[in-house]
Amino acid sequence: MSLAADPQGPAALSACPACVAAPSAQDIARMAAPRQARLMLSVPAVHCAACISTLENGLERLPGVRSARVNLTLRRVFVEAGPDLTAADLIAPIKRLGYEAHELDAGVLSVTDTDRQGRELLMRIGVAGFSMMNIMLLSVAVWSGATDATRDLFHWISGMIAIPTVVFAGQPFFKSAWAGLKVGRFGMDFPISLALVLASGISIYETWHSGHHAYFDAAVMLTFFLLIGRYLDHRTRAVARSAAQELAALEVPRAIRLTGDTEETVNVADLAPGDLVLVRPGGRIPVDGVVTAGTSELDRSLLTGEVLPVFAGTGREVSAGEVNLTGPLTVRVTAAGKDSSLSRMAELVAVAESAKTKYTGLADRAARAYSPLVHLMSFSAFAWWMWATGGDVRFAINISAAVLIITCPCALGLAVPAVVTAASGKLFKKGLLIKSGTALERLAEVDTVVFDKTGTLTMGAPEPTNLADHSPADLEVAMALALASAHPLAQSLARAAKAAGVTPATLTDLTEVPGYGVEGRHSGRRVRLGRAEWVGADPLAVTATYLGTNAGTTGFTFADALRPGAAEVVAAVQAQGMRVKLLSGDAAGPVAELAERLGIRDWTAGALPQDKAAEVRRLTAAGAHVLMVGDGLNDTAALTAAHVSVSPASALDAARVASDIVLLGRDIAPVADAIRIARQSTRRIRENFLISGGYNVVAVPIALIGLATPLWAALAMSLSSVTVALNALRLK
Amino acid sequence: MEVLTILIPVSLFLGGMALVAFFWTMRSRQYEDPDGDANRILTKDWDDRPKP
Repeated sequence: MSLAADPQGPAALSACPACVAAPSAQDIARMAAPRQARLMLSVPAVHCAACISTLENGLERLPGVRSARVNLTLRRVFVEAGPDLTAADLIAPIKRLGYEAHELDAGVLSVTDTDRQGRELLMRIGVAGFSMMNIMLLSVAVWSGATDATRDLFHWISGMIAIPTVVFAGQPFFKSAWAGLKVGRFGMDFPISLALVLASGISIYETWHSGHHAYFDAAVMLTFFLLIGRYLDHRTRAVARSAAQELAALEVPRAIRLTGDTEETVNVADLAPGDLVLVRPGGRIPVDGVVTAGTSELDRSLLTGEVLPVFAGTGREVSAGEVNLTGPLTVRVTAAGKDSSLSRMAELVAVAESAKTKYTGLADRAARAYSPLVHLMSFSAFAWWMWATGGDVRFAINISAAVLIITCPCALGLAVPAVVTAASGKLFKKGLLIKSGTALERLAEVDTVVFDKTGTLTMGAPEPTNLADHSPADLEVAMALALASAHPLAQSLARAAKAAGVTPATLTDLTEVPGYGVEGRHSGRRVRLGRAEWVGADPLAVTATYLGTNAGTTGFTFADALRPGAAEVVAAVQAQGMRVKLLSGDAAGPVAELAERLGIRDWTAGALPQDKAAEVRRLTAAGAHVLMVGDGLNDTAALTAAHVSVSPASALDAARVASDIVLLGRDIAPVADAIRIARQSTRRIRENFLISGGYNVVAVPIALIGLATPLWAALAMSLSSVTVALNALRLK
Repeated sequence: MEVLTILIPVSLFLGGMALVAFFWTMRSRQYEDPDGDANRILTKDWDDRPKP
């Protein structure tokens, strides 16, 4: 929507429960100066240098546009414009430039916060990097044999650089260690913070007493490498979050409210029970309600998985999420916003989500095992040397600090983020968005794949199957009638007829009867295309539309078009030895036919949402790790119940929120790649743990017997970090 | 060794300048669109003078 063009403009309802904390567009609008608007549009097709200049120059030529800037990474264009321009006004000009653009709801897209965190981390990395380089210059001099006053001077200068650096750049670790400590939890950050504090303290003490070893370089290097791991982690999550938010922001939740004779566009959040809402053909029903005027057909496939549209007339109850197909409907609101069935479902999902985060990733498991071990080792080193040297506190503390520094999880902190970053980047290029941090690890464990049918393995768009069975005369009349309607079956029929080279017959008096079909006159006789009972035909068992002429009636049957890559993904997953199951809410006929086509032996039709979830739970209880792929509201419970879940971008918001991975493109084939890459990256993570463990096995005994020098610490730390990062890049 | 009294401040100053330059690039949001920057260099639009 237009961000700030209209201060009274509609506020945005956050489309996902997790976004409730985000400021609404209205708040943003109030804050911004009314004279200028910063508009944001998503332009998914922009990909090259020429695209950037075409778009920017084209937009800047428009009256009212002050400047335009394309962000190629986010595939968005930001426009500074005058007050009278809205993002909706820019869609047509961008289309003329050759790009499809979508309005983005700024309320949902609260990028500023994660943005600031990322920049803060980057700044700390910069500071730590600067200090590390300078201190290292001085340290090399000490290691090569600087002595006495020179060494002390170098130590002092190092200290003066290192202490402020550790205080500033180490804050993320100190904060999280302190937060963990308050709830009695020792994460990875506690040993890190302890090592930083001990290393700095010991070094100051040693410098003061003209000691030989100062660990300033180690402290700063530790901060630097660990911050890189932190930043990679943050970046992967920020990219996923911004893309997920963008999907939500594409659906600007607004409705047309009727007050008397006037229509006004309002936010769904502002609707109250009793309001009248107009839903135009093609629009999604925003609320739960009862139809008070108009007839039409409703596409309920996102809610139930049925492909066949259902009739809607006065008195029919409708729920949020259904799509109105043919005629305008006036709906009296019975429940809106937070009370609507859609939003209740989304809340259920949010609850289930928090349960899912209980899965402990490899990194956490490693930290849990590692943290006590390190503390124990460091403390026993201290105790042993206290006893062995007869109470030399300075020497014993030196040893235990060296142990802490050397074991400190530089490589461990990089082991997971580096691999996850590399893998998510690979998958993002293939059109898969990883939303959850542990999704890759869970995906690697999958042994059973459950698919939904409508909208997942199929496009949810019907295609005629028996065009050839009809006489050319019937086809010509049917095509002419179909051209007059916006109904998906009619449009698909018209497209297929056109592709088959049929020329439409000349008809007169064409009228669309919403909810029933189209009628017209062909050489004086009435012809109809539409629902069976209206045309006077006997309904067939499959999805069909019927043509009635005075010669009789005939049915055009339809089957759901296969999603590109559906056959490949089923074959690939079966080839990897996984069990494949098809669970659909649709009727047995079409489900059996699809299962046959894709070679899936195990299928269930007519499954209710709770049946789907129960089936997934049953499989899980039997020891299977289930990957659920689904798009509808009827899949959400199953998506959350599954070990890991994927949904296409066309899915309902609630389903996308419920799943760990979102498929951005139309092609479903990358899901099979995702499983392969997930397995590979889990293997890399384990290798990385082994590598960093291996360095410790060599370095720790040296530290324990008191032979470790700052040079040793620096070598072990940087070598292991670099090896781990390079290993992550090996991912193919 | 007296040369150190000049060299060390000089090296610290130069490093500090680089740090300041890094802060500047970050504040002017130069790390927000790496893909775009990689492509922008190929266009001829602002070759003769910078974009106002």
